[in-house]
Amino acid sequence: MSVLTLVIEGQDVAGPAGRTILQVARENGVAIPTLCHLEGLSDVGACRLCMVEVEGQRKLLPACVTTIEEGMQVTVNSDRLTAYRRRIVELLFTERNHVCSVCVADRNCELQDLSVEFGVTHFDLPQLHPKATVDATHERFGIDHNRCILCTRCVRVCDEVEGAHTWDVMGRGTEARIITDLGTPWGQSATCTSCGKCVQVCPTGALFEKGRSVGEARRRRPYLPYLVAREGRAR
Amino acid sequence: MTAKPRLATIWLDGCSGCHMSLLDMDERLLEITERADIVFGALVDVKEFPENVDVTLVEGAVSSEDDLRKILEVRRNTRILVSLGDCAVTSNVPGMRNPIGPGPILERAYIENVTLHPQLPGPLVPRLLPLSRPVHAVVKVDVFVPGCPPSADLIHSVLDDLISGRMPVTAGVTCFG
Repeated sequence: MSVLTLVIEGQDVAGPAGRTILQVARENGVAIPTLCHLEGLSDVGACRLCMVEVEGQRKLLPACVTTIEEGMQVTVNSDRLTAYRRRIVELLFTERNHVCSVCVADRNCELQDLSVEFGVTHFDLPQLHPKATVDATHERFGIDHNRCILCTRCVRVCDEVEGAHTWDVMGRGTEARIITDLGTPWGQSATCTSCGKCVQVCPTGALFEKGRSVGEARRRRPYLPYLVAREGRAR
Repeated sequence: MTAKPRLATIWLDGCSGCHMSLLDMDERLLEITERADIVFGALVDVKEFPENVDVTLVEGAVSSEDDLRKILEVRRNTRILVSLGDCAVTSNVPGMRNPIGPGPILERAYIENVTLHPQLPGPLVPRLLPLSRPVHAVVKVDVFVPGCPPSADLIHSVLDDLISGRMPVTAGVTCFG
């Protein structure tokens, strides 16, 4: 395997061919914000928070799905990138009904954390206030589509780790929704094994354990060490 | 700013929690009242919103015709308008009715779920606007203080800045919820 050298945020770094900018950056202590990425799952570049500037490229590139190249010059932080990232957080908030004060994930939410990191104190964009449903038909878990940001972590963990592929995405754009099986209620799913991995990987309050109230949705991600162990295979 | 800034607070469609948090400043309230004149709000027996107010803290979303009338009057007479708390900043809980609309919501609350004399609110109750909106969707807002509610410490630091003639920075120090 050949080793490639590149510059990330002014730092000379190296990594084996096939590694992503995100992996090499994090190995070298350079932070890149992410939301849909989760260590151990495949990457899909859905949230666009990890967009970086690569010299010679006019387009911004998502660090989680862009593999390193010899001589690459990568900028992780710039005014332009910060402005885009802040706008992405704002778009995620305004697309659904994220009412933090009554959310099961209040103070345990990666979207809320990002709003602090990027200093989002209000939304310049109008909120869409879509009609979104809650499916509470499953015995132990529920999904509140008002909180879903379509990161698809649940889809990937269910497919790649549990092997059930109960979850998928239906519809396009603002109409897109996470579904179980072919859109049947979660409680009637023939494939769901009730393992709860989807609930543990959800970055917001969209997937929750029943019986938890506001601010109680603490995720037990350390209970999923096999995710990291599988990292090599996921790619 | 004048020698002693004129401070006001107003409460639109909110739960009063932000005003409770304001009261949670405890003895620091006395310090604030020494440095500023509180000219309007829940703590002051004044019926009409006064002119030439330096700073107004607004709690709550703009949900009814009455809220709209009030916020327009407040903005006309205020130099620095502060959106205090999530309802003012995002419409928060009052905004949860937005996907449903005012008609069906009133129907549900005052007819369907009522056993004794079900009736819709009469002309004495301000009519609901089609959407419950954040304050800055209606008038210009100068300072945003998210939080449900914002902590007493945060409100104190915002007031301390404004009374001292500084613009407070709330980015990165508070969050929604």
